[in-house]
Amino acid sequence: MNAQPLISGTDLDRVLAWRADGPRRVGDFLAEAAALAARLPAGGALLNLCQDRYRFALGFAAGLLDGRVSLQPSSQSAETLHDLQAGFPDLVCLVDGDTDCHGLPRFDFPALPAVDRDAVGAVPDIPADQLAAILFTSGSTGKPQAQPKTWGKLVANGRAGAAALGLNGRPHAIVGTVPVQHSYGFESTLLLALHGGCSFWAGKPFYPQDIAAALAAVPAPRLLVTTPFHLSTLLAAGIELPPTDLLLSATAPLSTALAAEAEARTGAPLLEIYGSTESGQLASRRTTAGDAWTLLPGTRIDSDGDTAYAHGAHVEGRVALSDLLEALPDGRFRLVGRHADLVNIAGRRTSLAYLNHQIAAIPGVVDAAFFLPDDAGPDGIARLAAFVVAPGLERRALLAALRERIDAIFLPRPLVLVDALPRNSTGKLPRSGLQALYAEKVGDGRR
Amino acid sequence: MSDTPTPETVDALLPEVAALIVDALNLEMTPAEIEPDAPLFGDGLGLDSIDVLEIALVISKRYGFQLRSDNEDNTRIFASLRALTAHIARQRTK
Repeated sequence: MNAQPLISGTDLDRVLAWRADGPRRVGDFLAEAAALAARLPAGGALLNLCQDRYRFALGFAAGLLDGRVSLQPSSQSAETLHDLQAGFPDLVCLVDGDTDCHGLPRFDFPALPAVDRDAVGAVPDIPADQLAAILFTSGSTGKPQAQPKTWGKLVANGRAGAAALGLNGRPHAIVGTVPVQHSYGFESTLLLALHGGCSFWAGKPFYPQDIAAALAAVPAPRLLVTTPFHLSTLLAAGIELPPTDLLLSATAPLSTALAAEAEARTGAPLLEIYGSTESGQLASRRTTAGDAWTLLPGTRIDSDGDTAYAHGAHVEGRVALSDLLEALPDGRFRLVGRHADLVNIAGRRTSLAYLNHQIAAIPGVVDAAFFLPDDAGPDGIARLAAFVVAPGLERRALLAALRERIDAIFLPRPLVLVDALPRNSTGKLPRSGLQALYAEKVGDGRR
Repeated sequence: MSDTPTPETVDALLPEVAALIVDALNLEMTPAEIEPDAPLFGDGLGLDSIDVLEIALVISKRYGFQLRSDNEDNTRIFASLRALTAHIARQRTK
């Protein structure tokens, strides 16, 4: 049977991860993953909520060795986790801190015995068709959509990503500000380390000063994996940064101005990655060199009417994309917009249909609509508003109920209680009506 | 290390920090409406991690120090307006 190694390359002494107490080499990692696999409790899928990137990696590898799939939801709200448990009744949460599992079976990351790197024989192989991970996107009906990933495709994804970023032959130490559970962080920190020869910082730096300290803690060449929002606050802080060799941004479009400022301040080229949870990473571009995207090796995009489909290489099947694409004669493409229902708040994606479904499901809510105002600047943070008809419910109780169902980042600011929504005679809610309501209730009162 | 600020120092600084939060986040409330001891996250003011980075930025500009995750627990600093204000009073360089 076709199989792919857990880690590409045969050097067991290569550094895979950097922790505050020192490096972890491939041999350490393999021995610790085997030790963890032997300690996992009975059960099926692993919901790996570890915050430490190295512990997440160990849990992921232990799951692969033990034949358990890694569940990676886009949210950790109570509603999401309970839905997940309904679909995977034998799941176990692997946690390394005070993470709230909302009542799901919990396995705290155990103390592992001192490992003997020399006792590790070789890198284990994993069947290429083994279901390795299921990433979830928020579906418009309210139920998360499962995106299954086989091991063979994930390996190909990591290798293609490394090739596209020019990391082959010059492995970088990666500092990521993004969570490893989400597709971008998963691909651009963990998979680049497992299959692109890179190493990663185990932490997830948050404040600008944390990012500078994490970069200083790893050797050059350094790669910072971040988002437009984190990048803009990092630059705005105006602090001294260690020499950085490459910047990577994804999850939301980056303005050319911010990209140029980032390059000028760090001296490092800034590359953007385009992809989706469904398709994995598809293309890259150097933002300051133009707006055209170059496909990753082996991936293809073709269009059918307004919808573009990705396929080939590491893409699982044929995946419809939510962005509107314009193909260029040289095989590259431009992004020219996206389907109207989608919202992207600081890099987190969801759909208005999903949010409307969630708020409408709260007892006492008669009618409700989320609204994304037009006035968000580039790289800025748009905030959602919501108009709710819920006689007898107080705003505070409504927000508390909503917080159980959706991620905090999508909570409406403001939530406006109204007597009725401006639905037209067919019951539809035109955007122009919501726009007028927003101007009346919110816009005029703003600074 | 800075000295521990007196409760009076913290109390005196509360309105200024409340105003800074309301202004930075464009909240639909007046600074006086932020209860000093209510949680800033979750059921209280309902802030999220994006708000925290935005507040951190204005704090660094106004008070001349950078917030760090590892020298004090992030959730403790942002536990309440009073906790955040006490942290600022302790760390400020201007």
